[in-house]
Amino acid sequence: MTDVPTPSELGTHVDAVAKLVALPIAPAHRPGVILYMGVIAAAAAQVMAFPLPDEVEPAPVFRPAPVEP
Amino acid sequence: MSAIDYAAVDGLALVEAVRGRRARAREICDGALARIATHGPAVNAFTRVLAEQARADADRVDATIAAGGVPGPLAGMPFAVKNLFDVAGLTTLAGSKINASRPPAVRDAFVVSAIRRAGGVLVGALNMDEYAYGFTTENTHYGPAHNPHDPTRVAGGSSGGSGAAVGAGLVPLALASDTNGSIRVPAALCGVFGFKPTYGRLSRTGSALFAPSFDHVGPLGRSVRDVTAAYDVMQGPDPHDPACAGRPVEACLPRLGEGIGGLRIAVLDDHFARGGEPGAFAAVAQVAAALGVSRRATIPEAQRARAAAMVITASEGAALHLADLKTRAEDFDPLTRDRFLAGALVPAGWYVQAQRFRAWYREQVTALFREIDVLLAPTTPCPAPRIGQERMVLDGVEVLTRPNLGVYTQPLSFIGLPILSVPVTRPGALPLGVQVIAAPFREAHVLRVGAVLEAKAVATAAIAT
Repeated sequence: MTDVPTPSELGTHVDAVAKLVALPIAPAHRPGVILYMGVIAAAAAQVMAFPLPDEVEPAPVFRPAPVEP
Repeated sequence: MSAIDYAAVDGLALVEAVRGRRARAREICDGALARIATHGPAVNAFTRVLAEQARADADRVDATIAAGGVPGPLAGMPFAVKNLFDVAGLTTLAGSKINASRPPAVRDAFVVSAIRRAGGVLVGALNMDEYAYGFTTENTHYGPAHNPHDPTRVAGGSSGGSGAAVGAGLVPLALASDTNGSIRVPAALCGVFGFKPTYGRLSRTGSALFAPSFDHVGPLGRSVRDVTAAYDVMQGPDPHDPACAGRPVEACLPRLGEGIGGLRIAVLDDHFARGGEPGAFAAVAQVAAALGVSRRATIPEAQRARAAAMVITASEGAALHLADLKTRAEDFDPLTRDRFLAGALVPAGWYVQAQRFRAWYREQVTALFREIDVLLAPTTPCPAPRIGQERMVLDGVEVLTRPNLGVYTQPLSFIGLPILSVPVTRPGALPLGVQVIAAPFREAHVLRVGAVLEAKAVATAAIAT
């Protein structure tokens, strides 16, 4: 199992990525965002801990659109 | 007084009365509008009632019949739609305050149009969680939907208005969407049938998306034949929905009487047999006993599938609303805002790995369906929680109420399986549902099982009086 980040690490991630993607987060919303970032991180830890063979592709498959005559 | 008691029968009984000239569609429409006016406010299911348009539609059905025309397979059946479906002339709210300032829709959503063409009479738009991100419909902007069987409890979500409207007998049929459980959870908690067909089976054109990898649409109704009849008329290819499978129509209504002979049925264990109240598993046992099922089956890694669904949902949902999150986060419902904001910060590697896991998991479940045709699992881990209830105890563990209502639905919509949530007959108790699950595009299997359960009175819609 991948380590789940601490609240402090989550706060650092939230602040840094929010800045990177230009998403303002009001001080009143920050604790809630960190809480849910932790929920998502815990879920992601389960996903990332699962070994998958290299040949497994992501489920969505792009289909080029042929030009109809 | 109509020859038919509007609130006592299912939708097709109303249609039969109209087509048999025992009742006029207008009388049935007026009956629906009267019941909505009297009993609607207590459940807060409707965000808009379309009385004038509904009466005009009903009059058209009556005129067609009077002229000897063909009135359609749903002639005169009142229905309502979750307010994320486009309805021509109405602004599509999707449960939000933000979308309320958008212009009205210019045409009906694909499936709304299909039901109306079949003679269905649209009576209004229904409450939901903001942008479908929730399992309880405790909408801060428009108020919570109340459970028809106990108004202090939630109706489930995100299609809570749809569950409450059918469960309160306001309409026999409602359309809704399901991304992680949003048809099945309110159907279970309100005591009605909820049918989520295979991912891509029904067009989503004209419905507001939430997490497009998982977004489905489908009906809630008070009988198996009602949801089946609605499903049948909504089928068909749609080049405007990139996920639409474009398969030919496979009518299921004529197959409801086929019974369950030849179907290999099993109860899901592991993830689907823990973490719930005893009543949820007793409901599954009740259904299994009625079907003579003792076989058990395991879907591997279902808990991890739920986790992957959460990552993908958070990321796709936030991407859809990023512009508004950047400029007007204050206008979001406090119950969705922080989750949407967090979803905008998900690393791409998590998202891609979740989509890779999804492909792996699909293969495991496909292998299981080579041995078994139908699987059974609880819909929710408990009956409807109280409105505002933040935490609950399941299996001795205190958990957050809202996300955990989807613990058994999320791992299944994750790979788009067709599922009917049946309301298990529990006299005197709050409703609970059982999921009847089949391999992709085998909708007829789950509907046939549902019909048998209904005929045996093991599954009964609980309509509040």
